[in-house]
Amino acid sequence: MSIDIIVYILGGLTIGSALMVILSSHPIRSILYLIVTFFMISANYVLLNAQFLAIVNIIVYAGAIMVLFLFVLMMLNLSKDTEPKASIPMIGASVIAGGSLLVVLIAAMKKAILAPGVSSDTVNDIGLVKTLGHELFTTYVLPFEITSVLFISAIVGAVLLAKREKQIID
Amino acid sequence: MIIEKLILVIVIFAVSILAALYSTLLERKAAAWFQDRIGPNRTGFFSLLQPLADGVKMFIKEDGIPLNTDKWLFIIGPGIAMFTSLITSTVIPWGPDLEIFGSKVALQIAEFDMGILFIMGVLSISVYGIMIGAWASNNKYSLYGAIRASSQMISYELAMGLIAITIIMMTGSLSLRAIVESQHGMNWNIFYQPIGFVVFFICALAETNRAPFDLAECESELIGGYHTEYGSMKLGFYLFAEYVNMFISAAIISILFLGGYNFPGMDSFSGNILAIMCLGAFFTKIVLIIFIFMWIRWTIPRFRYDQLMHLGWKKLIPIALINLMITGIIIAFTKGWFN
Amino acid sequence: MQSLSNRSKVVSNKPMTFLERMYLPVIFGGMWITFKHLFKKNVTLQYPEEQKVFAPVYRGQHVLKRDEQGRENCTACGLCAVACPAEAITMIAGERKKGDEDKYREEKYAEVYEINMLRCIFCGLCEEACPKEAIFLTDRIVPSQYEREDFIMGKDTLVEDMNNRIDISLRQMTGKRGEK
Repeated sequence: MSIDIIVYILGGLTIGSALMVILSSHPIRSILYLIVTFFMISANYVLLNAQFLAIVNIIVYAGAIMVLFLFVLMMLNLSKDTEPKASIPMIGASVIAGGSLLVVLIAAMKKAILAPGVSSDTVNDIGLVKTLGHELFTTYVLPFEITSVLFISAIVGAVLLAKREKQIID
Repeated sequence: MIIEKLILVIVIFAVSILAALYSTLLERKAAAWFQDRIGPNRTGFFSLLQPLADGVKMFIKEDGIPLNTDKWLFIIGPGIAMFTSLITSTVIPWGPDLEIFGSKVALQIAEFDMGILFIMGVLSISVYGIMIGAWASNNKYSLYGAIRASSQMISYELAMGLIAITIIMMTGSLSLRAIVESQHGMNWNIFYQPIGFVVFFICALAETNRAPFDLAECESELIGGYHTEYGSMKLGFYLFAEYVNMFISAAIISILFLGGYNFPGMDSFSGNILAIMCLGAFFTKIVLIIFIFMWIRWTIPRFRYDQLMHLGWKKLIPIALINLMITGIIIAFTKGWFN
Repeated sequence: MQSLSNRSKVVSNKPMTFLERMYLPVIFGGMWITFKHLFKKNVTLQYPEEQKVFAPVYRGQHVLKRDEQGRENCTACGLCAVACPAEAITMIAGERKKGDEDKYREEKYAEVYEINMLRCIFCGLCEEACPKEAIFLTDRIVPSQYEREDFIMGKDTLVEDMNNRIDISLRQMTGKRGEK
């Protein structure tokens, strides 16, 4: 019973902070609300007994990516008067894009079945490190390795970019 | 059970705050010793009341919020800094179980099987306290300080994480208690990972924004760095969070490399005596590491910013990666995966 | 160009060797140096309790001396003001009235005697110029003030108090430069 209340409160907070991301007028505030949203999502993961995912979500998203976002936004001098006025075709295009996203979401959600809530006696321990690691290195070893190859190519690309820039300076 | 945990939480927070308080005194004393001075000696025996006097001074100062600041974020900034530095102490195992009135009390707030990941996570969000406070104060020096601090912390987190992974591989567990237990009987990781220890130590210095990596508050260039606009206890929170961070990172270094609460000859004790002696050993290690932090601060001049980035990205990360690879190969050999 | 002092060093811009690039050996060397400083004698003086002994030739705040009967030595001849290279001394001379014989030694005395401590360079030439042994520089430090006016010291601060005489015997022992 009590876990239900926590779930509802947490869900409300998650949605509320996610709404504040798009509703707040200042970009820095949006970013900060986005960080709060990530924390709320992590809390939801913890409720689902996926502690590893929760922490990795905090480390990667809240800790690294959002810091970079904040970093860039803080350097820009963003305020209400520097914001470009949106033209009418722009507004129309964004309404169409947002509307089609909504349609897709509704279509996807229509067939979803609301599963009964996870009760505390049948704890799903797929989110724990041991089981997750085991799954990653047995069942899903190919996608996992392909992801690592992707990362290596990204790292090589970054190194290459850095090298080339140095040659130009010399 | 809940009350027991609550008392433990309060005790551990109080202890880490007290330790941070007295490390400010130790810092001033150590600075004086290294510079052939005496240091503070006017407040009580060995100036033990000095931190109290400093705190009172901080509190009675005028608590101003400059115009054109984002008031909310300006106030929240120091709070986040303090919160993130204190929350780390929840997963640190301070010693073996204590027996009080027949019930066992674990000297660890949260027996969490991913303690080290938790610490990395909190480390990665500890940048926000600095960044938010600095941006909210609407001052270019603060912003420069925050940018320096955050890029430095992000860069050194990588090497730190890689070394932590090496230790995790050696132990086979993410739990801090398991890491400590695996070093029982002088099997300290520092003997197996001396290079890792040095790299981790350097990264810890950079993560806590301490000299020689204290570019974020480099007075000659940035006035006060990210806390230029702060005064009163808000400034106190920032400065104080740095000392709490130092205490916690000293604790983590001693857990990962110096055997945590293990000490030689601990098998001949048992029960509460063992627990108290373990606590003593752990704190001795922490104080020693804090002293080495201070020793380094009063020895080495500040790095230049490009040197800092060069050291972090081009030296420490490759060293950590090679270290990780060699450790992996050795572990594979000893476990017989190649046969 | 040839070096005159033989102490100049030619700056080299050689790339650092591997050991230098590692930083660590140098850092440990530096830490050893600071470690040795842990055991060195402190140079701190606990100021209000301990005070540094001044050299006998130290020249601090001036005093206008009185003689044994408590009469002011100064006769307002103005030689000190003439001798003063910084022009810090001004005075107004007055004639001694009847009944003031126990206050002033000579028939002429200084009604006003001011030294501007901000101008004074503590050279001691006033002391050398004085024919009446009236002005001396003592080992007292000129106190700090909040206002510029407070640094212009009049007779109220300069003339010594008979109950609290200022010892200038050391000053007299070192001798005046002219007599040596």
